[in-house]
Amino acid sequence: MSLLFEPTPDGAGRYLDWILNGLCWTLLLALGAWTIALVVGTLVGVARTLPNGILLRLGRVYVETFRNIPLLVQMFFWYFVLPELLPVRIGMAIKQMDPPWGSFIPALICLGLFTAARIAEQVRAGLQALPPGQIQAASALGFSPGGTYRLILLPQAFRIILPTLTNEFMTIFKNTSVALTIGLVELTATAREINENTFRTFEAFGVVTIVYLVIALIAWQVMHRIERAVQLPSLVSGRARP
Amino acid sequence: MTVDLAALVNAFPFLLKGLWFTLQITLVGVCGGIVFGSLLAIARLSQNRLLSTLATAYVNLMRSIPLILVIFWVFFLVPWAIGWITGNGRPVAVGASLTIFVTFVLFEAAYYAEIVRAGFRSISPGQYAACDALGLSKLHAYIYILFPQAIRNVLPILLTQTIVLFQDTSLVYVISATDLLGAATKIAQRDGRLVEMYLIVGVIYFVFCFAASQFVKQLQGRLAYGVR
Amino acid sequence: MIEIDNVSKCYGSFQVLKNCSASIADGEVVVICGPSGSGKSTLIKTVNGLETIDSGEINVSGFRLAPDVTNVAALRRSVGMVFQSFELFPHLTVLSNVTIAQIKVLKRSRAAAEEKARMLLARVGLSGHITKYPAQLSGGQQQRVAIARALALDPKVMLFDEPTSALDPEMVNEVLEVMTGLARQGMTMVCVTHEMGFARSVANRVLFMDDGEIVETAASAKFFDDPQSERAKAFLAKILRH
Repeated sequence: MSLLFEPTPDGAGRYLDWILNGLCWTLLLALGAWTIALVVGTLVGVARTLPNGILLRLGRVYVETFRNIPLLVQMFFWYFVLPELLPVRIGMAIKQMDPPWGSFIPALICLGLFTAARIAEQVRAGLQALPPGQIQAASALGFSPGGTYRLILLPQAFRIILPTLTNEFMTIFKNTSVALTIGLVELTATAREINENTFRTFEAFGVVTIVYLVIALIAWQVMHRIERAVQLPSLVSGRARP
Repeated sequence: MTVDLAALVNAFPFLLKGLWFTLQITLVGVCGGIVFGSLLAIARLSQNRLLSTLATAYVNLMRSIPLILVIFWVFFLVPWAIGWITGNGRPVAVGASLTIFVTFVLFEAAYYAEIVRAGFRSISPGQYAACDALGLSKLHAYIYILFPQAIRNVLPILLTQTIVLFQDTSLVYVISATDLLGAATKIAQRDGRLVEMYLIVGVIYFVFCFAASQFVKQLQGRLAYGVR
Repeated sequence: MIEIDNVSKCYGSFQVLKNCSASIADGEVVVICGPSGSGKSTLIKTVNGLETIDSGEINVSGFRLAPDVTNVAALRRSVGMVFQSFELFPHLTVLSNVTIAQIKVLKRSRAAAEEKARMLLARVGLSGHITKYPAQLSGGQQQRVAIARALALDPKVMLFDEPTSALDPEMVNEVLEVMTGLARQGMTMVCVTHEMGFARSVANRVLFMDDGEIVETAASAKFFDDPQSERAKAFLAKILRH
């Protein structure tokens, strides 16, 4: 572990700095993508429960597309393929983005939309688990559809799906590693670089493994606290009791 | 941007080769993963504290770190490990295929273990008592009564995890292996046909996974024990 | 046939069985009744070793059960048990449910096991359902299969733990009829049940339990017509009101 404190070849600091740098990118990517995923996922999930046939089908196409193609292939699409398919000037502009951002932005959009598809399915399941009487009651009280979803249905649905959302939250941190294939120097890429520079494989990968474990632990704790804080007795185990 | 059909047709055999490797990894990963995962699940449920703690630690470790990291671990360390075991002292070159097979079995087993464990927990506790009352030995009870029910209860989830495995195989890209994606990448770099190659690969993956997930949905309907 | 001698059992600090003693002769039908939580289920489960005892001794047809006895496999062949929740094996057909223990435990040939199974299933009136799965049967039918399953091992004693409590009222009789038939053929039976009609007409003796103790033992007619203890009187008053 002394590896961390040795100076790097470019003399600009220690390996610890590399690790911290990688960690920053990992966290930034994960949390940014998570935000996108929650917003888009909720919208798509709601769309899939609406009576509107077009929205239903669009939602289905979105979910099936993003769930049946591997994340890595999707990354390549956003990084390599999209600039080629767009009008030449926009494509050129994208390709000329400065290094970290040129990799980060596609990775962010990719991971965000990928996770959104999964969250959409979970939101849909949560909404469909609610008793139909809830919508009727809200209607009878004069709620608009938007209000019904925002104030009545979604709060309950989210409580029901919190366990699966926790799983998704922890998965997104692991999925950030896929961005190394398009040049983002996140944690795993950092481990590989340190290994290439020092050949101290065990230490390089060991430290990064421990960092991932700590991230997983913290992420789980955060979600667990949220779960406890918003828990409603009647919704425990996902079944609403009269 | 034009699409060059001739180049596509030429690329096909190589793509098929890559697809074949992908399927091999998936098959090995599923079989090895379910076997090792079931053992881990049973270990977690066992009365032996040491065994259940070790199994739990393994499962939690594997589920907390990215697959790419595990691929690197196995890729860089297996040669050293084999060298150490055989007393060589130096890293022994190991084929990429073997490394990949080992990685996927070790990694996916942790996920299958959780699913199988959930399967066991979905069995009514009275079943254990009924097996006891009939005098069935623990081994017989697990093989004929408990394990079949556990697997059957979670079969759709097991299959979904297999679809995930199939997608995960694409990550062997990071060690330049020639799976479906790796083959496409190599052709793309050689011929400069990035767009077509990646689009084709996307379509191939989509077709396989979509068909498989539809199959799982159908299966879910038919697996219910039957309503009176 | 069965000697229960000063048996006690604790769950943590709660004593569920307090110095219970009873003696059941060959061919006798004994009903154990009492309020909820009196320890009836626990007591009957000690007889086939499903529950261990902390002190005292039980002797079942020569087999000794005591706190230090751990290997009870042999006992299970002479004691059959029927559960409140039937516990048929849902992934096996009715026929397989009745044959599996014969084949695996008694090592009978498949042909012999099936012959016995068909005979027993005919006896409980379910010949036409042999290839069905438990989920396709009603509760009463499932419980009759469970009885056949237990009888297939040729037990000397049959234990029934609230066999009709989980059944809809119209199905209770079909199970009680099977149990009455068994009694008439001389099977030694111990039943925990709330079915007082069955107890009165079929049982030889009644054991009344309350709060972990066997409070009163009497011939069944005498117990119902002239209970001796206050607690038994109170219990009967509550039960027989309707």
